[in-house]
Amino acid sequence: MSIISFKQVHFTYPGDELESLCGVDLEIDEGSFVAVLGHNGSGKSTLAKHMNAILTPDSGSVVVDGIDSREEDKVFEIRRRVGMVFQNPDNQLVANVVEDDVAFAPENLGVPSAEIRERVDEALKQVGMYEYRTHAPHLLSGGQKQRVAIAGVIAMRPKIIVLDEPTAMLDPQGRHEVISTVTRLCREGGMTVVLITHHMEECIGADKLVVMSNGYIKAAGKPSEIFSDVEMMAREGLAVPETTKLLYELRHCGYDLPLGELDEKNCAAAIAAAKKQ
Amino acid sequence: MAEIKVEGLRHVYSAGTPFEKVAIEDVSLTIPQGQLVGVIGHTGSGKSTFIQHLNALLQPTSGKVLVGGRDINENKFTRRDVKWEVGIVFQYPEYQLFEETVYRDIAFGPRNMKLPEDEIDRRVREAARFAQVGEELFERSPLELSGGQKRRIAIAGVIALRPGVLILDEPTAGLDPAGCRQILDNICSYHKESGSTVIIVSHNMDDTARIAERIIAFDHGRVAMDGTPEQVFSEPEKLIAMGLDVPKATALAMALKGAGVPLDGSIYTHGQLLRAVLRAKEAATC
Amino acid sequence: MLKDITLGQYFPGDTIVHRLDPRTKLILVVVYIIALFQAKGWVSYAAVTLATALCMILSHIRPKNIFKGLKPMLFIIVLTALLNIFYTEGREIIPGWHMTWEGLARSVQMILRIVLLITGTFLLTYTTSPIALTDGLEMLLSPLKKIKVPVHEMTLMMSMALRFIPTLIEETDKIMSAQKARGADFETGRLIDRAKALLPILVPLFVSAFRRADELAVAMESRCYHGGEGRTRMKTLHFAAHDWIALILGALFLTGLFVMKHYGI
Repeated sequence: MSIISFKQVHFTYPGDELESLCGVDLEIDEGSFVAVLGHNGSGKSTLAKHMNAILTPDSGSVVVDGIDSREEDKVFEIRRRVGMVFQNPDNQLVANVVEDDVAFAPENLGVPSAEIRERVDEALKQVGMYEYRTHAPHLLSGGQKQRVAIAGVIAMRPKIIVLDEPTAMLDPQGRHEVISTVTRLCREGGMTVVLITHHMEECIGADKLVVMSNGYIKAAGKPSEIFSDVEMMAREGLAVPETTKLLYELRHCGYDLPLGELDEKNCAAAIAAAKKQ
Repeated sequence: MAEIKVEGLRHVYSAGTPFEKVAIEDVSLTIPQGQLVGVIGHTGSGKSTFIQHLNALLQPTSGKVLVGGRDINENKFTRRDVKWEVGIVFQYPEYQLFEETVYRDIAFGPRNMKLPEDEIDRRVREAARFAQVGEELFERSPLELSGGQKRRIAIAGVIALRPGVLILDEPTAGLDPAGCRQILDNICSYHKESGSTVIIVSHNMDDTARIAERIIAFDHGRVAMDGTPEQVFSEPEKLIAMGLDVPKATALAMALKGAGVPLDGSIYTHGQLLRAVLRAKEAATC
Repeated sequence: MLKDITLGQYFPGDTIVHRLDPRTKLILVVVYIIALFQAKGWVSYAAVTLATALCMILSHIRPKNIFKGLKPMLFIIVLTALLNIFYTEGREIIPGWHMTWEGLARSVQMILRIVLLITGTFLLTYTTSPIALTDGLEMLLSPLKKIKVPVHEMTLMMSMALRFIPTLIEETDKIMSAQKARGADFETGRLIDRAKALLPILVPLFVSAFRRADELAVAMESRCYHGGEGRTRMKTLHFAAHDWIALILGALFLTGLFVMKHYGI
């Protein structure tokens, strides 16, 4: 069942000559982990902003959980279903106490006070920030702030969470914290996750990988399949995982190897067992 | 000549308050003129504090920093002059752009040096060339350009000081892979052509492994490792214990060794990994 | 480092003063200020001083912290005192000098008034978190919404300003370092040079503040923000018995001072 569906979406920013989205078709399955990979200016952030009706298509349609994003009176119905996390952790926290920030969205939705408390505690526990609930955001690390931002959207109890380059400004540890948190939300919490990124390592665990370039979807499918198309990835100027790269070159040297082993352990085992043809 | 010599450096933040924190301790090292050094360490390891000592933005609590044989903290004139000798490009340097045009922004440093106008012009053009900032951008406002362009303009603004030592703190943070590659290529060619010392602080082990001649790893305010990439990456376990990543090739090499593929030597680039695997496989088939 | 500065000056605690509803405290501070300006004679001053001391003891705020806060006001306090001593007509203390007994009495009262005024407001900010304060303010002022005063927006602005002060201070710190590394000099030169030297800091700071505001607006919209209408609060304020008692005491105190004023003591 697809929960977000893009049909022939075209979009141009006012004042721009070039289209940012040039006829995008995309289905996102409920409960799946979808990664969108592309360069700056590839249209991936524009794509993300269409998922919660911050932007609406010039032509074509975006349907989120059965609601067309162009129905203006249903904007908040869409936004409460789609939580958005952005790149700069500082610029999305509004309150000067962690728990008050997490409460912001449910307060906007008019949730009764007692239930807000419940939701806030639950959301903070889900991202592992419950012990920090009374801290001031500016004293947290980048990864912690970003987890608070995630808690801030899951307190809306959304069905989908869209993260627009959430790790671009983080150090490796923060990056790891954020990715493992959203992976857990998807795998254990059943939430649909859409991760927009330019770090290909973050896409390896996804169910579906979408490669964007110049407003087009160049490829979509299982990460192992997409990365296996090493020539296409090179043409798009995108890196492939070290595992794929090595397998690809060893195949060229005549070894019988599958390209799809993204996991280091499996890849290593395959190489250990490989024979020259 | 701008050899850097650091002796017994120690820095304590907010000394004498309840927030007192030792940021670096017992750091002694020498960086000869012309070296390309990668400084690594996780957030809070003291590496940022360390580099800010090299041009007297921070003063040591104890210990000395010598640039070209001279103590840079001797008096306020040496503290000022070292800014011309050691240039620092901070993280997200595009946030420092403020002039109306790209040209004037790059010229800000040289102008502070009170150089004659024709010398300023020469330096701006030279710095722009190094940082690949096209002269057609000179009259544009820096604020309306793309993220990668802004970053390169900001770097040019420091190169224009013609520092004997160029320090860059996370020069590729937040850029996409294409932007990263371009910045690193610029830095490498600047290093080759100018003969300056270049110090890059980075979280990205693959980049550091690829371009650095020497790697200094900070941990808990001290120098934990210091050597060639070959030496440093021959002990990946030690880096992982310090909470650092290892280059992807090193990580995969570790997995391969675990799976029983006998790889020899220190592996930290893709080329090395491929050659080592091929060697191991050929040996096995013989 | 700049970011080490503690902001808001809130000292968390669990005393009766801390537990009072922020609205109660806001009302009491207003009552306190009115009372203070009613004080004419020494008896009234003694009453207000006593009340202040009592609140201080109850709130466990150390006098040291109050004095620290008074320091920046020292100049104004001394100046008012001096002016009052010299410019009040009356019996001269030393014949020939323009210093009068009346002036002395007046300046002591003036000093007391300023010190008490500051102490009273400090007790409020020291014992109430900024968030509670803005919440209390919003609820107290909410009747004004009927006459189209944007109370919710104003208080939201206040709390967001509090949230972003440390962030912007940190940013200023970074920009200053970056410009210093390019040879900017903020410390020497004539005043006009120094004012000019601020440009390389202020421009990037403004640019970044606008960018932040832009991104924050999108983030807030994404979290379904649509103004104050239909909003609920996680932390609701409740008047407890001690709030009523405090308010009644405040009312009695004010009445008492009016009575004292009537008798001129």
